[in-house]
Amino acid sequence: MTDTLTPVLTAHWDQPDLFTIDGYRRAGGWRALPKALRMSRDEVITTVKNAGLRGRGGAGFAMGVKWGFLPQGDSKPHFLVVNADESEPGACKDVPLMMANPHLLIEGAAIASYAIGAGHAFIYVRGEVLHVIRRLRHAVQEAYAAGYLGRDILGSGFDLDVIIHAGAGAYICGEETALLDSLEGKRGLPRNKPPFPAVAGVYALPTNVNNVESISTAPSIILNGADWFASLGTEKSKGFGIFNLSGHLTTPGTYEAPLGITLRELLELSGGMRGGRRLKFWTAGGSSAGILTDQHLDVPLDFESVAAAGSALGTRSVQIFDDTTCVVGAVLRWTEFYQHESCGKCTPCREGTFWLVRILDRLEHGQGTEEDVEKLLDICDNITGRAFCALGDSATPPITSAVKYFRDEFVQHHKEGGCPFDPAASTVWSTT
Amino acid sequence: MPFSYDVLARLDADAAQIISQYPGSRSALLPLLHLVQSEEGYVSADGIGYCAGKLGLTETEVTGVVSFYTMYKRRPVGKYHVGVCTNTVCGVLGGNQILAELREHLGVGDDEVTPDGQVSLEHLECNAACTYAPVMMVNWEFFDNMTPQSARQLADDLRAGNQVTPTRGPGRLVTWREAARILAGFNDDLATEGPAAGPADLVGLKVAKEHGWTAPDPGRAGDKAGDHAKEPR
Repeated sequence: MTDTLTPVLTAHWDQPDLFTIDGYRRAGGWRALPKALRMSRDEVITTVKNAGLRGRGGAGFAMGVKWGFLPQGDSKPHFLVVNADESEPGACKDVPLMMANPHLLIEGAAIASYAIGAGHAFIYVRGEVLHVIRRLRHAVQEAYAAGYLGRDILGSGFDLDVIIHAGAGAYICGEETALLDSLEGKRGLPRNKPPFPAVAGVYALPTNVNNVESISTAPSIILNGADWFASLGTEKSKGFGIFNLSGHLTTPGTYEAPLGITLRELLELSGGMRGGRRLKFWTAGGSSAGILTDQHLDVPLDFESVAAAGSALGTRSVQIFDDTTCVVGAVLRWTEFYQHESCGKCTPCREGTFWLVRILDRLEHGQGTEEDVEKLLDICDNITGRAFCALGDSATPPITSAVKYFRDEFVQHHKEGGCPFDPAASTVWSTT
Repeated sequence: MPFSYDVLARLDADAAQIISQYPGSRSALLPLLHLVQSEEGYVSADGIGYCAGKLGLTETEVTGVVSFYTMYKRRPVGKYHVGVCTNTVCGVLGGNQILAELREHLGVGDDEVTPDGQVSLEHLECNAACTYAPVMMVNWEFFDNMTPQSARQLADDLRAGNQVTPTRGPGRLVTWREAARILAGFNDDLATEGPAAGPADLVGLKVAKEHGWTAPDPGRAGDKAGDHAKEPR
């Protein structure tokens, strides 16, 4: 029987020098790349395909299948781009991973680059995490010196350059085509698809974009085999993943478990709600997934089950709020975020998020009406599926789910002429 | 004020190194903007002109890029730029109160600087540290699990020039300009300082070790195989 927690990516984070090449080697690192280089490119792709790893950046697309989309035998340069722009509200898995174990990501990037025939790998990391950028760059330098990067790697004839590229503050750059525009030195605007990046990515050349956690999982799959990975998780959501638990908990923190673990199990491991208070609402996959409530404690946290519950597994960013929290205020703040981060390219997202904020703001402050709630849903309906990229679609689930589960609370704000909650009671230092 | 010959010589050497890394030269624009920000503390019209000249772009094209990204500042910020996360988790857990109290304490609003030029303040969106909420950043280093008291103390220490240590970062805090140079692509020697992981990153690992829980032994993958969602535990 599978253990409740299965640390793989996080297994050595308590080793103080893990971020150095010596520390990583002591933890069993840099053994997967030599093995991959002895395999054919097809064998590497097939192994990752058979493992069934679905992208850990939120969309959940099968990574091995994505690798297979790149043309083979063409004469064009290929590129790997690692999406390290982690900015989803609630998501804090990639940043600690790169801080603690940058070599794991770089080894994974080398394996992926070999598989797709890339001579350059870019790690596009959000700029607001200075020490992570230092660690990544330091690890890349060590990897070059050890012959894991550069020319004729380990005598295989494979060449690879890895570039750590710091972003400059824009959530939209987590959208893979916006990231590519940004990497080309432009405003980070999403591109029309098709053509997909596998055909025309960075510099209009074949490009594969994967999330940090996905790429970091490749070394263990190569070392231990596809069956090993697929033996964990559920039928359609295989393997393990990092779950971040934040909010009103006794012990917020990071847990690595097979997909399919439930929030009830995670809460038991983390000591439960602070002060024994009642769980009011939570996100399974960051704010973009919308909220769930205490009726969803036993939903298996895998792609299918969370979707069936009306939400999304996303980045497994579990944000937990107790009954001191105003759901209208929480959703207003998320919506302000989406408005701020909307790139402005398409009208539904640019104008829609603008009006959502204004209406939510007056509702939160008791100046809204019951009709405003309907207006919110109507605007959401006009954004979802009509925006140019996924950012617009991400802005509406927090609102629609909050109205679904807490419509009375929206009305209560209107009836009482203001927010019935005391924000001081929600703080960490509150004694209530 | 246009860059002096000395400054230009230094910038040119750095810019050449940055541009040479990229298969397409325009990819160097974001790092070059970080570079000119490290020189002046913000992205000035001269900085924009410099980047445009290096990459064969118009100043309008470069200005369009600068205005898109929040980390580029068009006016000087403090030697220590302080951010308070007020996205939902941090805000609800106390970030809103911390920001309000810091504004009052420092007498500055968003992206404004104290008269001594030491500290500027801005509210942040999610900085990927939610398990440490409420979170603050100074020059993009983590200050975890903050309170109004610790935030005021931090601001006072920064204004007084006292050494402060990030929670998950190097032993000493670099200045805003030094930080921008790292973003441009030039590491200092602090990468190996500080912990590998913070306490919240390790809680799951600790629980797993206490219970003896591990991923399956690869040699015996078949034994541990099974649809875990269907199995009682």
